Amino acid sequence: MDLYLPVANLSVNALVIILLGGGVGFLSGMFGVGGGFLTTPLLIFYGIPPTVAAASAATQVTGASVSGALAHLERGGVDLRMGAVLVAGGLIGSLVGAGLFELLTAWGQIDTVINILYVVLLGSVGGIMAREALGALRNMRAGLPAPARKRRHHPMVANLPLRWRFYRSGLYISPLAPLILGIIVGILTMLLGVGGGFIMVPAMIFLLGMGTQVVVGTSLFQILFVTIAATMVHALTTGAVDIVLAGLLLLGSVTGAQIGARFAQRVKPEYLRMALAVIVLLVAARMAVDLFIRPDEIYTVQ
Amino acid sequence: MTAVRALILALALLLLPRAAAQAADPRLVPDVSSRAIDIQYSFTGEELLLFGAILYPGQRLPDDRADIVVVLKGPVRPIVLREKQRVAGIWVNASSIRLRTSPGFYAIGSSRPIDKLVDERTAAIFELGLANLSMSPTGFPEAKTLERFEAGLIDLYRRAGLFVENPASVEITEGVLYRARIPVPARVPVGTYRAETYLISRGRVLAVASRDVQIRKAGFERFVALAAERHGFLYGLSAVLLSLVLGYGASAIFRRR
Repeated sequence: MDLYLPVANLSVNALVIILLGGGVGFLSGMFGVGGGFLTTPLLIFYGIPPTVAAASAATQVTGASVSGALAHLERGGVDLRMGAVLVAGGLIGSLVGAGLFELLTAWGQIDTVINILYVVLLGSVGGIMAREALGALRNMRAGLPAPARKRRHHPMVANLPLRWRFYRSGLYISPLAPLILGIIVGILTMLLGVGGGFIMVPAMIFLLGMGTQVVVGTSLFQILFVTIAATMVHALTTGAVDIVLAGLLLLGSVTGAQIGARFAQRVKPEYLRMALAVIVLLVAARMAVDLFIRPDEIYTVQ
Repeated sequence: MTAVRALILALALLLLPRAAAQAADPRLVPDVSSRAIDIQYSFTGEELLLFGAILYPGQRLPDDRADIVVVLKGPVRPIVLREKQRVAGIWVNASSIRLRTSPGFYAIGSSRPIDKLVDERTAAIFELGLANLSMSPTGFPEAKTLERFEAGLIDLYRRAGLFVENPASVEITEGVLYRARIPVPARVPVGTYRAETYLISRGRVLAVASRDVQIRKAGFERFVALAAERHGFLYGLSAVLLSLVLGYGASAIFRRR
């Protein structure tokens, strides 16, 4: 079933896009991630222009994170103060990201930068996740209990001036740390169309030292608002949000996410983390290949 | 170069009717199958039919039959054309040129190969054939560089179906009626297109006739594209609302079960 995308200016097979959204949604429901890091590359492989892919993927992540964020909010799993600082950073970041986007587009390097960022980020995050998951699996096999992690924030964070209390996170740290983290993730949301949960969650645990019971909820809270901001900024600057494309992706992903969440309850979390690490590494490898082999198109029109 | 070409073209067109009248040359009565192509939700491309009649003076077919060339040309726009090269192992956009008048679509069909119909100079004047498109590069790129980039663009657009060269696609029936089909793919840019028909005999262009064809988005697609362009804030807001409603709605439905 062919459908014309009015902003991307091409026609796509609607079923393929819905299934793509469904697949990503299934994974995101299963692993509790937004899935933007899968949507954008897959859309680009399908032939959607990178800018439209990133902008519309950001819109889709909003839909993917809203129900999770609300559920955590009800359960008290969100540190609102921390969330507000992160969102403030994210708003600054999405504006900075918009500027970078424009600059890189004018230089003709936006595609390469998107590609390299994906390879570096997904490669390193995937690598860390795989190592951790392997350790956890080994412990599980040997019947050992998971080692208790000592919770403390990075010395770099402790050295920042100004200190606020974040009661729910159990922290007394400088608000500049989450603000900077928020800015970085906001830039990534704008450039890559990702929610940034895959960076936010490890950074919250290892850099800020937040209590794990509020990490996922606060991350979802930040993703929800920052992807909304990214959609708005894209709509106002690049004009690359394709509402039809986003709608198709959403139809698939919101259903897929529910099925994935149910499925996840029946699988051991150690296996889930390992599977997610493998998927992340596969996407990184695929993007890396694109950098090094001769591309199909040497010439591009802008 | 472009200015000179344009001037020659204008002069040639100016002289045409007079020359035609003098030698009692044949005339063209052209038409197109549709004046407007609407791009709507299931648009996957269309075929435009260019057809018409050749009127010979005295209604007698001469011994040497005339040939027909049809051209459908999309709106020209300025583009930046980038070329990837290998830099430190990875492929990046390394150089670029600007072309001020690059058509977003160009299709040419003829009853015989163009090089059999007219000499190179005439083909260049009337921009017949992909190699003869004048795209007005800015700055002064070297001739070799320009050639390489243009060849790259032509190759890219040819594979996308945006540049089409199809000799022998024009059928002439009984020497007087001609028809040619031009495929218009889904990825065409919107705008005013020009459908041109050339009547050529003994290496001379005897008559030129053109018709405008509108290719435009229609209905919902037009509404969405315009909204995205002109009302960015409201458009972005609707996209956000759509995703919030769908995201929340799905979880509400699933939770009830």
